[in-house]
Amino acid sequence: MAGEWNVRELSMHILDLAQNSIAAGASLIEIDVIADKKSDSLKISIRDNGAGMSAEYVAQVRYPFTTSRTTRRVGLGIPMFAEAARECDGDLTLDSSPGEGTCLEAVFKLSHIDRAPMGDISSTLIALIAANPDIDIVYRHQSNSSEFMLDTRELRVQLDGVALNENAVLKWIAEYVADGLSDKSLAIDN
Amino acid sequence: MKTLEDLKKVREKALEQMKIREGKFSARVVVAMGTCGIAAGAREVMSAILDELDKRGVTDISVTQSGCKGLCEQEPTVDVIKDDQVVTYGYVDSDKARQIVGQHLVNGSIVDEWVVTATN
Repeated sequence: MAGEWNVRELSMHILDLAQNSIAAGASLIEIDVIADKKSDSLKISIRDNGAGMSAEYVAQVRYPFTTSRTTRRVGLGIPMFAEAARECDGDLTLDSSPGEGTCLEAVFKLSHIDRAPMGDISSTLIALIAANPDIDIVYRHQSNSSEFMLDTRELRVQLDGVALNENAVLKWIAEYVADGLSDKSLAIDN
Repeated sequence: MKTLEDLKKVREKALEQMKIREGKFSARVVVAMGTCGIAAGAREVMSAILDELDKRGVTDISVTQSGCKGLCEQEPTVDVIKDDQVVTYGYVDSDKARQIVGQHLVNGSIVDEWVVTATN
């Protein structure tokens, strides 16, 4: 129901923000999640090779209600993510220009009491891949010295023409991600 | 530990499934993935649909997404497009999503009580 609306997890923000990349016609979306306990920071970045935005547009996407219906692809998503970062002594930066794609980066204080949990990153990746099998997704997850990476371009080589959204393939990807992220040193949420 | 090499076997399985459906999908399911949909639980709905299709061994239904379509209040919404008819379900959750797969997609009967709009 409407009253239960809530973007509770950082992985849900990632799914939402990747929609902007899809709407911008990206063929490659690179998602980085980098936690560093020493500097107590969590960096999340989403970089795409989509249409990009003008400087004017970049300046206004932070304000949810300045966007018109025709430019609907940016609404509440970025402002909510920026707010989530600011609440955790962090901030959001947006780098984009027409034809050059967009890079959105948010930094959070890792140990901040208000930092939302990462949540179910596997479901986020599966939702993206299932509904957008022609877009390549690179997910890089680092915590201290450990790393997990999923690159759909590598999967495509093995799949040799079979689409990423075949049931059997999606199931394998979900297990591969769950497996990879089960490494305790990669955990971001306590 | 899974390796990329395993994908070769997965590929064989996928090819069998593709052969059975002969390039034809019997229906299409569209989950709305606007900020409104995602905030209301669209990701869990998508997961439930994919899982239910997999459990039932259904491989001839395509699952895709749309953006916000102005039904924000009734999100998560799911469109089922079958035999040229578009049925939009509202306030979908994981359980309802599984029932929509079973009743509508597999058995062919619309779940009337959750329908928001439907074309003839």
